[in-house]
Amino acid sequence: MSLLSPPAEEQSQTRTGSSRLDAVLRFRELGLVLALVALVAVTTSANSRFLSQQSIRDVLLATAITLLLACGMTMVVLTKGIDLSVGSVLGLSAFGTATLLSEYPSLPWPVAGLVGVALGAACGAVNGVVIAYGRVPALVATLGTLYVFRGIVYFWAGGSRVNAGDLPRDFLDFGTGRLLGVPYLFLIGVLVVLVVGQYLGRYRGGRDLYAIGSSEDAARLAGVAINRRLLQVYVASGALAGLGGVLHAARYGTVDASAGSGLELNVVAAVVVGGVAIFGGSGTVYGAALGALLLTVINNALPVLGIDQFWQRAIVGALIIAAIALDRLVAVRVGRSLRRKDSHVG
Amino acid sequence: MDRSPNGVVEPVVALRDVSKSFGAVRALRGARLELFTGEAHALVGENGAGKSTLIKVLAGVHRPDGGTVELDGQAVEFGGPGDARDAGIAVIYQEPTLFPDLSVAENIFVGRQPRGRFGRIDRAAMRAAAEALFARLGVRVDPDRPARGMSIADQQLVEIAKAISTDARVLVMDEPTAALSGVEVERLFAVARSLRDGGAAILFISHRFNEVEALCQRVTVMRDGAHISTDPLSDVTVDQIVRRMVGRDLGALFPERTAEPGEVVLEVDGLSNEGVYKDVSFDVRAGEIVALAGLVGAGRSEVARAIFGVDARTSGAVRVAGRSLPAGRPRAAMAAGIALVPEDRREQGLLLDLSITRNATLPRTRSLATLGFLTGASERRSAREWTGRLQTKYGSLGDPAGTLSGGNQQKVVLAKWLSTQPKVLIVDEPTRGIDIGTKAEVHRLMAQLAAEGVAVLMISSELPEVLGMADRVLVMREGELVADLPRAEATEEAVMFAATGQQEAA
Repeated sequence: MSLLSPPAEEQSQTRTGSSRLDAVLRFRELGLVLALVALVAVTTSANSRFLSQQSIRDVLLATAITLLLACGMTMVVLTKGIDLSVGSVLGLSAFGTATLLSEYPSLPWPVAGLVGVALGAACGAVNGVVIAYGRVPALVATLGTLYVFRGIVYFWAGGSRVNAGDLPRDFLDFGTGRLLGVPYLFLIGVLVVLVVGQYLGRYRGGRDLYAIGSSEDAARLAGVAINRRLLQVYVASGALAGLGGVLHAARYGTVDASAGSGLELNVVAAVVVGGVAIFGGSGTVYGAALGALLLTVINNALPVLGIDQFWQRAIVGALIIAAIALDRLVAVRVGRSLRRKDSHVG
Repeated sequence: MDRSPNGVVEPVVALRDVSKSFGAVRALRGARLELFTGEAHALVGENGAGKSTLIKVLAGVHRPDGGTVELDGQAVEFGGPGDARDAGIAVIYQEPTLFPDLSVAENIFVGRQPRGRFGRIDRAAMRAAAEALFARLGVRVDPDRPARGMSIADQQLVEIAKAISTDARVLVMDEPTAALSGVEVERLFAVARSLRDGGAAILFISHRFNEVEALCQRVTVMRDGAHISTDPLSDVTVDQIVRRMVGRDLGALFPERTAEPGEVVLEVDGLSNEGVYKDVSFDVRAGEIVALAGLVGAGRSEVARAIFGVDARTSGAVRVAGRSLPAGRPRAAMAAGIALVPEDRREQGLLLDLSITRNATLPRTRSLATLGFLTGASERRSAREWTGRLQTKYGSLGDPAGTLSGGNQQKVVLAKWLSTQPKVLIVDEPTRGIDIGTKAEVHRLMAQLAAEGVAVLMISSELPEVLGMADRVLVMREGELVADLPRAEATEEAVMFAATGQQEAA
């Protein structure tokens, strides 16, 4: 062999330890937890009622629906996509579910809930087909359906709205009910986070999403069914937004055509702050959940701290930019150290 | 072996009269190939001869326009790479295709991860399986590390582990050795031989005939997308094969040169970058070809990048024709007449999605513009002239550069820089992954440039190229310049000795 190549001895290097990938991600989640703790500590020292049961419950309730959507969004963003239609899908599902229950009060509400989820899944399927098979960029496709789905709700509602009084009592009870002091809605959110977390971490389908987002070409060569996976992901995101709509209806009781407007950006923010790379391939749903929680706590803490409404949005914005800057920094650092270290272990 | 009733050995896989076109480029026309169980088959041909396309048909990536793929005598249609894999065809591609965000173990087993209860991925089993594969290959790679940042050689090892993990009946290797060291190549061949002897059919693509001879029993030559010949390797000589590949008489691989170096053009003085290289000093004269040799990772490319100003340097000076260059300013380096043809043409040399025209004229968009506006006509005229001088093969100048074969991509990179009429040309691995015909052309071109008074600095890991082309050989070891050998003293042993710091190189 004429190639000038390193002698074999160079292959012995120090062991690099267990997964560095996980270490980075854990570092990120730890950082979010620390930020949360610090924020809560500062706010509580300003006003001790911030840690009252009622206040905590408010935060959990406000986080619950964002959690669901953040799970769907995480899956989508992992594949290098984005789903901007979730707010509209939530509105459609909330209005559909509430209308169904007000017109057929004898219908068991879980059945109506399933209809709402199915409605969301159908919307997601539209997104998925356009993106996976129509090869339309996700940003454009879901921006389009954001308007289309919202338009459908407005057309359907025609200016009317469903009032809490029109809805079955047990449905509303579910929306405000608690188990051991924890709202049902939050429990559902946590359950979904855990299920999606398991799926993404430990199932082939979930790992395929990371693979697609990491390198679509490599995924194609590895025989990953890219189109099918993308379709599934958007259906899942739609279904979770549909579930979010059902919970929205149960929680507020009063639903008009604007339910969930603008929610998509909150969800994207939560996911990005939670460390899911916007260019796909890395991040966890746990990080996204922490991101959702952090944003809600910020929203609730700033008024307590006497900070102007205007600054709340500015602070969220700054946080998003800081999160992405941090990602870049970590990526550059890790990249450099990975390059420097030989991949061989000894 | 499988024998059909009339006693003839049946191929495991056969491609029959396969044709495939991409736009106006006919990549394959009536290509044929038969692979037999227990046999390693070499596929050779110049770059652009259609080898890679043929493999992609075999791997289910491309659907043939005409002809059939047969498996055990049955015509099959692969819907995608997954189908081919399930049929027992594993492919090691020329360019590693890894997932940078996933761990090495997951890269190997994506879509096929070992599963435990409830269909959960069994990470411990996956890790153990990956370690077993690396043990079989005789290399140590950490299965937990992400693929991001791995050297090309390590990436290639992961690709190989991926391919052999499937226990394939057919193993296709598309130039798997380009980035590997001698030891690693030996181990790969040992594994390939044991797979072959265990009944697998192997298709091996390489430009290195010694490797072909070390592994293969049969050789197929392709040219211009068509089948030229298939023979037992023992029946043909390297000369015959090369003549069939090129289809014309091949001039000497290294042109005759009468060197008459002129003034010093490039001076590098005490160049250092902490932790990468230190105190590198040398000069290159007009009309001189100086080779920068050394092991992979000795810091050669980094020095080149610092000279061109892509990377920063911590100390030292670079002068062109006596004038000092500011650090970290490629534009200043270009203005001073330096051109850099980088090591990795796909990543650094080309914008793969842009047209050939755009790529070939990119450094000169200003001089080609009229009143600040680029007119397509002047770009096309210039691109046509320079790609023509380099005999580049393409469908249309408007095609994305990524659609060209490797050798032709390299020609476009060269065209782009030669059109700036540089005083100093730095080429980093100019002929890596390029077929012999193009290699000879690139060598001739470099000699011609030197004769025209260009100072050429050539980084190369191929000793014959270093020895055949250079007037002087500089050798780097672990970031230091350790030898400056004039042509007369530059022997294989002397260079290896300097590069490794020991008598017997690995």
